[in-house]
Amino acid sequence: MTATATKDVTPVVLSHAGLDALIAALAVDRQVIGPVRRDGAVVYEPVSSVADLPRGWVDDQAGGTYRMRREGDRLFGYTVGPSSWKRFLHPPKQVLWRAGDGAITPEPIAKERFAFLGVRGCELAAIAVQDKVFLDGPYRDPHYAARRAAAFIVAVNCTRAGGTCFCVSMETGPKAAPGYDIALTEIGGELLAEAGSDAGGMILSAVPTRPATQADLDAAAAGIAGAEAQMGRAINTEGLADLLTDNPDHPRWDVVADRCLNCANCTMVCPTCFCTTVDEVSALDSDATTRESRWASCFTTEFSYVHGGAVRPGAKSRYRQWMTHKLGSWWDQFDMSGCTGCGRCVTWCPVGIDITEEAAAIRSDLEAEGG
Amino acid sequence: MAHPVEQMDMTDPMVPTLARILRKRVEIPGVVTFELEAPGWQGFAPGQFNMLSLFGVGEIAISVSGYDAEPDRIVHTIRDVGATSHGLSLLEEGDTMGLRGPYGVPWPVADAAGRDVVVVAGGLGLAPVRPILYHLLANRGDYGKVTLLYGARRPEEILFTEELGQWRAQLDMDIEVTVDHASPGWHGHVGVVTTLFRGADFSPDTTTAFVCGPEIMMRFAANALTDAGVAADDIYLSMERNMQCGIGLCGHCQLGPYFVCKDGPVFTWGQMRRVMTVKEL
Repeated sequence: MTATATKDVTPVVLSHAGLDALIAALAVDRQVIGPVRRDGAVVYEPVSSVADLPRGWVDDQAGGTYRMRREGDRLFGYTVGPSSWKRFLHPPKQVLWRAGDGAITPEPIAKERFAFLGVRGCELAAIAVQDKVFLDGPYRDPHYAARRAAAFIVAVNCTRAGGTCFCVSMETGPKAAPGYDIALTEIGGELLAEAGSDAGGMILSAVPTRPATQADLDAAAAGIAGAEAQMGRAINTEGLADLLTDNPDHPRWDVVADRCLNCANCTMVCPTCFCTTVDEVSALDSDATTRESRWASCFTTEFSYVHGGAVRPGAKSRYRQWMTHKLGSWWDQFDMSGCTGCGRCVTWCPVGIDITEEAAAIRSDLEAEGG
Repeated sequence: MAHPVEQMDMTDPMVPTLARILRKRVEIPGVVTFELEAPGWQGFAPGQFNMLSLFGVGEIAISVSGYDAEPDRIVHTIRDVGATSHGLSLLEEGDTMGLRGPYGVPWPVADAAGRDVVVVAGGLGLAPVRPILYHLLANRGDYGKVTLLYGARRPEEILFTEELGQWRAQLDMDIEVTVDHASPGWHGHVGVVTTLFRGADFSPDTTTAFVCGPEIMMRFAANALTDAGVAADDIYLSMERNMQCGIGLCGHCQLGPYFVCKDGPVFTWGQMRRVMTVKEL
């Protein structure tokens, strides 16, 4: 499915009532997941109308800091919170199979049909990263595959940058790249809507819209340009993979290790982190047992355990592994960056370790040495 | 938009089959060998591994230690070192365990035809190289000089002693065994396995080496082999890391750019030299 095959590719404009109609249309055969303000943060949960969205709320983010406050009237004025869509496509816990009475019963393949509302450019890129990890083989996660094949994606182009965002330097935003069914850009009290697939075009033609004017297109472009101009952080990715790989003994790794708590927050909020650990859950009243996989973190001792001890016993080797993987070896493994510049790891690190700052520190030290 | 997943094979590679234990043999205290049968088993290549499950306990990666030309028997040699391996060791003939595999990049044994072959094993590392030895002995004429250098901690921990004796008696393979700590009655070599290289007879230019054992031993063995003139890309090692899936999805076994489960476990020294010399990588 490509945009060129879509019948109606002309951008249209949705009012809030039109967005309500879109949500209702999606909800006919899908569970619609979107942004909801809960416990002082925007998280992704089932939504049934525009009234559920965090209208008029934005977030202030910095290293180790996230606060919501009122500003304006936008539905999507917030940027990304602690949730990511991987919670739905690659859930924190997945039953694999059950055994008992001398037989193994595979868990039925996932049947959820999600429609995601409010997928940002960096998040769409993160989904593409996990697609590569879970679907590109030689083996494939069939639960992920089934959820992914059924997913409908409504992207939202950012018109405001968060305090820890660096998507521009990672080339994933603030405008979402193709991969969505519909992309929305908030313009005033309305939303410019562009179809990215046949399915997106069909559903847009079935809800109340008005044709977009040149002024609407200009307003959307200006909003996106504003977010781009607002972005305060960046990673210089040029030659970075080799720079990190070739300097495993750089003193900066010790500096970051002194601050890192090994809490694993960065890996839990990261939308591309994919690692899992397999658990055996035994029934107490029978010989039945359930094999489950759950999110794992390379910041734990058990992660690298082989008989005799952990390969990576402390913060230095674990942070080095995580960051070198994201920005370096991910290229070797998947021919893409493992970091999409969403900034979550910076915001949700309790001590505010900043991947952009760490990458820059290693680069500047080495460039200074090199003269 | 939805990922254009092609016609999907919806079988989950994480789901094992039920394997039945045909035969159990205690090799030395704490090490057992199982012969298993499992429905749908298509055979394996030397160096590959299976994921073995003990229901209610867990799953571990264990290399196949049998002969690849006997596809009906799945042979695994297991040391009792953790909860799952301990529980598996307690199973008896007729019992079942979960099995999925085989996985991983095999030893390129056939590619070594026409060349000298040096097999270096340390401790339980003899099990993953045993399929190589079976193949070499069954196709002895295809290879040049064949040498097995094997190191164990103590004489009591030497694995497969019966077979080592038989292979020695065939007189077409040089077998040297050394122990770290001799006990009374031991008249063989004493010292780490690399001390055996001094007496080994192989032509370095045309030698393929297969090395398996503790990581430190493999490093020293690879260095000894390169010192002797064997090319780094003709030296193969079998690596071990934490594996939860065995199929490249769980992330635990990463070693630098590699997933040990799918890019290995067999790697060349050329691939491993850098990553094995970085502390705690």
